Amino acid sequence: MIFEIMLIAGIVAAACSIPGVFLVLRRMSLQSDAISHSVLFGIVISFFIVKNFNSPLLMVGAAAAGVLTVVLSELLFKTKLIKEDASIGLVFPALFSIGVILISKFAGDIHLDTDAVLTGEIALAPFDRFMMGTVDLGPRSAWVMGVVGLINLAFLLCFFKELKLATFDAGLAATLGFRPALLHYGLMIMVSITAVGAFDSVGSILVVALMIAPAATAYMLTDSLVVMVLLSIVSGVISAVVGVLAAFAFDTAIAGTMAVVCGLFFALALLFAPRYGLVSKMFIVRDRKKVFACYTLGVHLLNHEGRPEEERESDVRNIQDHLRWSQKFSRQVVATGIRNGYLQKNEMQLRLTPLGRETVRSLMNRG
Amino acid sequence: MIDFDYTLTTVVLGGALVGLLSGVFGVYAVLRKQSLLGDTISHSALPGIALVFLVLQVKHPLALILGAMVSGWLGTMIISSVSNRTRIKLDTIMAVVLAVFFGLGLALLSLIQKLPTANQAGLTKFLYGNASTMLRQDVYVMAGFSAVALIVVFLLWKEFKLATFDVDFARSLGFPIRALDMILLSLIVVAITIGLQMVGVVLMSAMLVAPAAAARQWTNRMGVMTLISAFFGMLASVSGALLSSTIEKLPTGPSTVCIITLVFVFSILFAPTRGLLWQGLKRRYNHGEIALARILEELYWLAQNHDSLAHYHELRLLQAINHQRIDTYIANLSRQKLVELSGAGGIRLTAAGLERAESAIEETNGSAAKS
Repeated sequence: MIFEIMLIAGIVAAACSIPGVFLVLRRMSLQSDAISHSVLFGIVISFFIVKNFNSPLLMVGAAAAGVLTVVLSELLFKTKLIKEDASIGLVFPALFSIGVILISKFAGDIHLDTDAVLTGEIALAPFDRFMMGTVDLGPRSAWVMGVVGLINLAFLLCFFKELKLATFDAGLAATLGFRPALLHYGLMIMVSITAVGAFDSVGSILVVALMIAPAATAYMLTDSLVVMVLLSIVSGVISAVVGVLAAFAFDTAIAGTMAVVCGLFFALALLFAPRYGLVSKMFIVRDRKKVFACYTLGVHLLNHEGRPEEERESDVRNIQDHLRWSQKFSRQVVATGIRNGYLQKNEMQLRLTPLGRETVRSLMNRG
Repeated sequence: MIDFDYTLTTVVLGGALVGLLSGVFGVYAVLRKQSLLGDTISHSALPGIALVFLVLQVKHPLALILGAMVSGWLGTMIISSVSNRTRIKLDTIMAVVLAVFFGLGLALLSLIQKLPTANQAGLTKFLYGNASTMLRQDVYVMAGFSAVALIVVFLLWKEFKLATFDVDFARSLGFPIRALDMILLSLIVVAITIGLQMVGVVLMSAMLVAPAAAARQWTNRMGVMTLISAFFGMLASVSGALLSSTIEKLPTGPSTVCIITLVFVFSILFAPTRGLLWQGLKRRYNHGEIALARILEELYWLAQNHDSLAHYHELRLLQAINHQRIDTYIANLSRQKLVELSGAGGIRLTAAGLERAESAIEETNGSAAKS
């Protein structure tokens, strides 16, 4: 059973990470929060209409509610009476509240309880089988989410160029006739159906973690859109699977643990990403400081080259006083200069090598 | 008739405090465009609550609120430092912190539910809020925190106002902006955590945003806005709490949010000068005024062509030239004695009408020259 839960979790994560990438790049991450809340409203209302939890109409209704949130927020914002952030923050709690009230008032009629709305019931998902006649084809939610994932993938492949352009240069996309507004709503529909699909397994809030955290992790690691999509799928799937394992190991709620693992992966990327991570950034800054100091030293030496004061100015022991560096720092700088072949040291005297001289000259000319 | 027994008074007092505090600090969240930060803070408070209970095994409101504050505050700090120091954008890190902290909270809650002590019941009230489980003890703790927060905002009113509307000016006057921001943010965290038990983690952000956004429509002054917002907040949260404790199976948070949303919708529709209804009426009035001026101008030019004001022009001519609702406008003009009708389909300017037409033309030319 744990294998099937891992399978479902992996599929959910993969399907979520595709729209997540574009939400992150378009700076609309919080729309996923808004949409995933209002999806509940859509599910409840459409349930009252069709009275069947397995009907695909539920999906349609819920997706419509997601789009409704976006449209309502935009309408509110367009009145210019409130700012954009407040307009998002007003619509989805209202819809979510109506959903929760309906569920708790009619809890007897609906097989949904208000806690499951938040936590999802992935542990129970394997019990809900997809049957073809008498043949058991596996858990139903794996199929549902698989289809959602395929839809996302198809949307991505069909409109990759358009999405890319509209994301990075909406103005140009509009000029070329790509209709960024249409793509925007396409993306919002994609987010909505993904949120509905994932709702059963991970509930309405943690889907945000599965959409945004893997995409943010990938964003720390790459500058290429294609790579980012791939990395985000990979990191989403791995964190989902690790999350399920951890949940079984610590006996905690599965969806919550998956979200935590997604967060941990993101924290790792944040710290140790090769180019943009905090740690490597720290090293880069320190490195740059040293390289710059090296150039300063080079200019200093070149200035006094062949002058009467050369001997005094080029003395290692005097450098730190003249350039106001600490002893340790000047020793490091000199070592770096020698290692890179810019400097020579005879006794206590520093001299530029031909390479060093040329480098310094070209630097000075550049300015 | 509602019987004000012990429970109900507690609920009303608690609701009033929650509404007051979220109303007051919501003003800052809305004006500083940090509405969605409230959502993040309230969600990230959950693991703090769960952890305090898990480690200390206590349910004293002071301990739980402190736990909530620490973890909400931690979430806020992560958001600001990551968005300042890395390539990750503000919205992304907000969404990540919100969902991951909340996930951690749910995971910890699930651990708590497996504890052998039966004491754990009632922590889930922090998810959707439950007014009817409130005790006097809770109200005292909330009152203590609220008093401190309100005193601070009273003392630093001017500074907060300046830092909200004109950061650069405030900085140039030497106000410690970073410190002020931190204090204000911490107070917002306090306001949110105070309300968690009542409104719940999931919907607390609406309590922060909606009263202030509604109050904004009624005034342009920050002091007045704060008072109105506090009033709206109290109104919604007291009535939400009362409704949910009198009607069966009605969770407090969602009903409070529904009420405050209604208040907000009412405000954007009917608030004077800013409200949509008002704007619509104003626009219609302006359209009318412009149309009247245009008709007078046309009559003026017609009169110019005839050397004499006394000449009646064909009404049909005006009707042919332009204007929907021309008959209403002409009736209006003749009521104001700016035009005279001959009865035989003729129309002419009166002396007053001539004056008005000249000033209208002057105004048009003046603004044309200016632009």
